[in-house]
Amino acid sequence: MQIIIVGGGNVGATLAERLSQEKHNISVIDTRNEVLSRICDNVDVMGIVGNGASYAVQKEAGIEEADLLIAVTNSDELNMLCCLIARKAGGCQTIARVRNPVYSREISFIKEELGLSMVINPEDEAAMEIARVLKFPSALEIDTFAKGRVELVKYQIEGASALCGQSLKAISAKMKCDVLVSTVERGEEVFIPDGNFVLREKDEISIMGSTKNIVLFFKKLEVPTTRANNVFIVGGGETAYYLSKHLLSIGVDVKIVEKNKQRCNELCELLPEAMIICGDGTDRDLLLEEGLPQAESFVALTNFDEENILLSLFARSISKAKLITRIHRIAFDEIIEELNLGSVVYPKYITAESIIKYVRGMQNSIGSNIETLYQLHNDRVEALEFIVRQKSPVVDIPLQELHLKPNLLLCCINHRGQIITPGGQSRLKVGDTVVIVTTVKGLDDISDILKD
Amino acid sequence: MNFSIIRYILCRVLEFAALFMALPCVVGLIYKEKSAFSFMGVIAGCLLVGLIGKRYKPKSRVFYAKEGFVTVSLSWIILSLVGACPFYFSGEFPSYMDALFETVSGFTTTGGTILTDVEGLSRCIQLWRCFTHWIGGMGVLVLILAILPLSGSHNMHLMRAESSGPSVTKLVPKVRNTAKILYGIYIALTMINMIILMIAGMAPYDAVTLSFSTMGTGGFGLLNSSVGSYSVPIQRILMVFMLLGGVNFQLYYLLLIRRAKDVFHNEELRVYLGIILVASLLIAWNIKDLFGNGGESIHHAMFQVISIITTTGYSTLDYSNWPEFSKSILFLLTLLGACAGGTGGGFKVSRLIVMVRSAKNEISAAIHPRSVRRIHMNGQVVSESIIKSIWVYVMIYVLLFLGSFVLLSLNGFDFVTNITAVATTINNVGPGFGMVGPAGNYAEFSVFSKLVLMFNMLAGRLELLPVLVLFSPRTWKG
Repeated sequence: MQIIIVGGGNVGATLAERLSQEKHNISVIDTRNEVLSRICDNVDVMGIVGNGASYAVQKEAGIEEADLLIAVTNSDELNMLCCLIARKAGGCQTIARVRNPVYSREISFIKEELGLSMVINPEDEAAMEIARVLKFPSALEIDTFAKGRVELVKYQIEGASALCGQSLKAISAKMKCDVLVSTVERGEEVFIPDGNFVLREKDEISIMGSTKNIVLFFKKLEVPTTRANNVFIVGGGETAYYLSKHLLSIGVDVKIVEKNKQRCNELCELLPEAMIICGDGTDRDLLLEEGLPQAESFVALTNFDEENILLSLFARSISKAKLITRIHRIAFDEIIEELNLGSVVYPKYITAESIIKYVRGMQNSIGSNIETLYQLHNDRVEALEFIVRQKSPVVDIPLQELHLKPNLLLCCINHRGQIITPGGQSRLKVGDTVVIVTTVKGLDDISDILKD
Repeated sequence: MNFSIIRYILCRVLEFAALFMALPCVVGLIYKEKSAFSFMGVIAGCLLVGLIGKRYKPKSRVFYAKEGFVTVSLSWIILSLVGACPFYFSGEFPSYMDALFETVSGFTTTGGTILTDVEGLSRCIQLWRCFTHWIGGMGVLVLILAILPLSGSHNMHLMRAESSGPSVTKLVPKVRNTAKILYGIYIALTMINMIILMIAGMAPYDAVTLSFSTMGTGGFGLLNSSVGSYSVPIQRILMVFMLLGGVNFQLYYLLLIRRAKDVFHNEELRVYLGIILVASLLIAWNIKDLFGNGGESIHHAMFQVISIITTTGYSTLDYSNWPEFSKSILFLLTLLGACAGGTGGGFKVSRLIVMVRSAKNEISAAIHPRSVRRIHMNGQVVSESIIKSIWVYVMIYVLLFLGSFVLLSLNGFDFVTNITAVATTINNVGPGFGMVGPAGNYAEFSVFSKLVLMFNMLAGRLELLPVLVLFSPRTWKG
């Protein structure tokens, strides 16, 4: 497909990279020449210098033949204008990033009137991801499928855990709970394990199952499953706002440290129930005074990645809080992982995931079959949820008779709201949704799980 | 430095070399020439090494600008070394060094020869000489990029290192599609050229061979008299296609997607055509006494001007006996070269435009010290880094020129021969003046001088930087 991306920042660059890996033709528009030349050096895309809202620039980028325009500049207004002009000039589909809560509240009106195909709000989506983890702090990451009925929980095995040194077969026999270990990350490697796979200390495993069964599984493991009661947030940006709003509504105590006085006042007006502290979040004494050692969870949301990492390291040393660190910009994922910061949230990946999901859906002639898409373990594994439609060659055949691609695991079938962990005799029915975990990239239909 | 991927690409280059040689080999078999067997042997060798090397996949796909430079220069060197083998094994060339000179001159589209008698060559060898021009004109790595799904996202580095001009831009988002479009246009133009030549009465073999040489703006011909023995209509056809080969191929793409307006407003094209027109008229006026009528002098003047500015190097007659003024203009055109992004070599018209404008800005800055000025070209601002790179290019160009000139003078030939031999090899033109004039050749040069000239040709075709990076010790220090 021909895709135009306006804005070559973090998200724009990540999108250009991921989408060009999926063999699309990408043009990137940005006003900054040096930003473009860096992207063009590393990724096979065409760069165009100019204002993305200008018709002439869009025309140069090939708006007339384009299938999709994605506007991810820093300014919400510019993004919407780009999409509006693209819609009129080329009639292509458009995706805009809109972050300001003022617009988010009326987003369905804006979407309708401007003819946007999709609006993404990375701040909000990051906040939702953080909120999910805070509801179940033992997890590193939680992704949901089947409209929230199925969860994929990433968990690091501790030394004393009953899982250590056990094969997956033995575990499922012992625990008697309907969950599935779908991926194991050990050091640099990622495995899609079979029954004989033996788990070790420090492995990061992803467990899939219905919400109820997952809670049961962790209870049997004697891992705490209750949510955090209070949260200590440093940095009062939009993500902090969305997160606090959500947490306050479920009764979690929220404390936000923010430097800017004016922003503090704004937050105070928007979130009357939250405790807003005006002060420098990197001030050690302030953090101690405000009770960081007693916090149950700590979320670093300042605008500087380095500050966030340091703050989390500090919080780890003086408290038992569940740590969540947001990383916007820096690209040393492996090193950050080695620091054992607990959960790390990358808004740029969240945005890229949802757009890639949309793009793969667009490619599909029958209409989108992808319900959900997550990229796990530094983008090496994909978890996808497909709808099974009529005519698919996988329907009504026992799974053991299907020739599946290697490194691909059918984790879960949602049959009319009933969650089934599939076995060899299970069959897929029309209307089911299926969750698949795989290292094979670029699946866009359920029939792609079969060997070519 | 990621050696494994460089080795891998070089093995693919060998495979392509075998593919290229299949054409002269088949032609040789058709005409039942025994030189065809020398091609067969070399093809077998290339395929063997290439296929074995291909089996070992590169360990890492890391590919940065320096790998791009090194890969491109090494590819060209290997291609020349391999391409010279059939010449040598056929026994039609005096030594391997001479065969190598001929091949480098071919791939770099120079067209300077060490042969005294071209007509005596077998047909398959003649075809291979001209075919090397065609391959070198657009570049072998561009072709590989078009056909093979190579190293993923970093192949822009390869394209940039091989293509000509101060800044290389893509036509469409993907390098691979860009390369396909470029070669598509190139092949189409070559076919048109062949057909028109055949309509004008040329034998099919001659038409094919000469089209390769013309579209690649190379300059190897089939006759000792270059193209002087052909009829005037054929000479005019060649003139047109040399001219087309010297134009930026991006413009043909713009025509295809119906943006003709941008083509007419392209400043490089306008200046290029303007220079050709003015130079032709000046020379025609200067040589009018040598010919019976004005039409004839305009024809010859224009042919020579186009042949030199596009760095082809055909000649309709021996112009070394023309007046000094005409020769000086032709020498300047030798130094200038054609448009960026075409198959011609040389310094490039676009660089000249930017330099002249930058000089103008400096003068204006002396008068108005506080004035702020940027250089514009085709309605866009030329970035400071490109201007800087052009001045550095000039600097290296001059140094290489002077250095080679001194080394060449060891031969003891006259001044004009030495200086034009250097100019004509760096700019991939072919003929100069003196001993290397349109009627002369490079046979008399010593082995050392030939090596220097080969280096010049390669450095000139790849626009200096890749070759210098290859020979810079820092590249290899890790």
